[in-house]
Amino acid sequence: MTEAATTPRITAAGGGIGAAARAAGGAVLPILAVVLAIVTLWYLACIPLNSAWVIDRAGPEADLSTGDILSGVFNQERPVLPAPHQVAEELRATVLGEPPLRERRGSLQGNPRSLVFHAYQTLAPTLLGFLVGTGAGILLAVGIIHNRAMDMGVMPWAIASQMIPILAIAPMIIVVLNAVGIEGLLPKSLISAYLSFFPVVVGMVKGLRSPSSMDLDLLKTYSASAGQTLAKLRLPASLPFLFASLKVSVAAALVGTIVAELPTGARFGLGARLLTGSYYGQTIQIWSALFMAAICAALLVGLIGLAERVTLKRMGLAR
Amino acid sequence: MTALRAPFLLPGLGILIVLAALLIDPRLALVLAAWFAAWGLNAFIARTGRGAGVRFLVPVIFGLTLIGLWELAVRLFEVSPVILPPPTMIAEEFAGSIPILWADFVQTIVKGALSGLVIGCAAAVLTALAIDRSPFLQRGLKPVGNFVAALPIVGTAPILVMWFGFGWQSKAAVVVVMVFFPMLVNMLEGLKASDHMQRDLMRTYAASYGQTLRKLRLPAALPFFFNGLKICSTLALIGAIVAEFFGSPILGIGFRIKTSFGALNLPMVWAEIAVSALAGSALYGLIAWIERLVTFWHPSQRG
Repeated sequence: MTEAATTPRITAAGGGIGAAARAAGGAVLPILAVVLAIVTLWYLACIPLNSAWVIDRAGPEADLSTGDILSGVFNQERPVLPAPHQVAEELRATVLGEPPLRERRGSLQGNPRSLVFHAYQTLAPTLLGFLVGTGAGILLAVGIIHNRAMDMGVMPWAIASQMIPILAIAPMIIVVLNAVGIEGLLPKSLISAYLSFFPVVVGMVKGLRSPSSMDLDLLKTYSASAGQTLAKLRLPASLPFLFASLKVSVAAALVGTIVAELPTGARFGLGARLLTGSYYGQTIQIWSALFMAAICAALLVGLIGLAERVTLKRMGLAR
Repeated sequence: MTALRAPFLLPGLGILIVLAALLIDPRLALVLAAWFAAWGLNAFIARTGRGAGVRFLVPVIFGLTLIGLWELAVRLFEVSPVILPPPTMIAEEFAGSIPILWADFVQTIVKGALSGLVIGCAAAVLTALAIDRSPFLQRGLKPVGNFVAALPIVGTAPILVMWFGFGWQSKAAVVVVMVFFPMLVNMLEGLKASDHMQRDLMRTYAASYGQTLRKLRLPAALPFFFNGLKICSTLALIGAIVAEFFGSPILGIGFRIKTSFGALNLPMVWAEIAVSALAGSALYGLIAWIERLVTFWHPSQRG
């Protein structure tokens, strides 16, 4: 039952952006309309949230016209809710306006004012962890397929472990690893590896088991060994499942890295950017970091979606 | 690896590895021997046994093995409890501070996560029902919803804590934002789950929109609803705990993890992790149980 229950999870979340790309052909107008509606709602929400500050600052006897209040609402330095154009301006300034690297003490170093640099600091451990987690996940799935004891012993725990909010203790794991002397990319990648591991295991087990018994019997009549069956039938058949899981796991890996950066005093990275923003009340900085994270997530999932389409097309499996 | 060779090959390999480890470090050999012995036992049971008992026994033995190895390794290698406390120490801490853990559980799970989960899912279901009548909005909102569901929403925690204060309300708000879109996407999918024939049949009965919804489309959407609910239950716990890192009253799981960690009271941190793991599994189990009761007719439940 549990296995059946986890499968739609992968298709539901993983179909996500791939489906978005596919739907984009016929749905540009509706998507634009929805995005427009969200932006409008956002602007409208700014008015009640930010106007209190404008009225407070003007004093009780000041006579403010509606225009005065509106211009104050949309152009504060530390608004409760920054207006979209403020976030866009901050993104432009920190992405295009600042070089990612700058000359300091005679050598080229990362520029902490550039959001690109922070994004890189988050993306590098995410990708490393994603690769490690995916590799380990595929290996474990292959083991589970071929070993009954592994299937019965490990699989229930792999599913149960998804119920444990491991993300919540990610910062602690980082500090402990730092205490043992493991620093740099590795601790953060460990979290993202853990998070990307289980979606791949569950998806790959499903994928490797997807060939029909007819196909398996055919290979048996060819007297194919377990290794040959794996290479020629099971692995190719599992690819659609693999890509669906990869999309879920790369998004999870990114979230893992960002959360891992939170209370550990990391100085660079999107998570650190969020935290310093919240310490100093720099709401625009928080929102721009959030949007950068969103752009990164979209980029990663989009890349995997692209790889999926190209691969499946060459295999003749494209829908 | 044919069936003939396997029984001799694998144990032999295990003994060889243990002997090799004995040359490096006897403690390592002991840990490895315990691992191989438990694995051998499991392999034997899995190969010979059949039925529900084995399905239950094998994972239990595997879990106990992991915990036993953890204890053994920490004790043998004298790992400092500041880095990794042994399970017995965590169990002691757990038993000794049940009132604190209970208060944290109520604050974070019941007040923060569950209330947020209920509000978020209810809002998503209502939104799905509202959008359902407009194909235009559906075509626009589904890709956007799918996109948002993949974003690191947990990053909005600092903003929402700033808006709603340090109490449980801000945690519930984070949970609402986190669960809304996954639930919306699942529910939109679910409302389309009934097929044309069934809907046409309802039409021939002259059923109204409300009747079709109540008698056909909502029941058909239930498997998708529960699937979304399962995803959201994990997200809710994570959201509530992570939001507490950004500010909380002096209780709550996230708060306790953060402060105990600052005081290097690692057994307490692990006890809280155990609480959240237990709560997460219990919540998942509860949802799965209700699902089985309500969607008994679905193929995935009958299988």
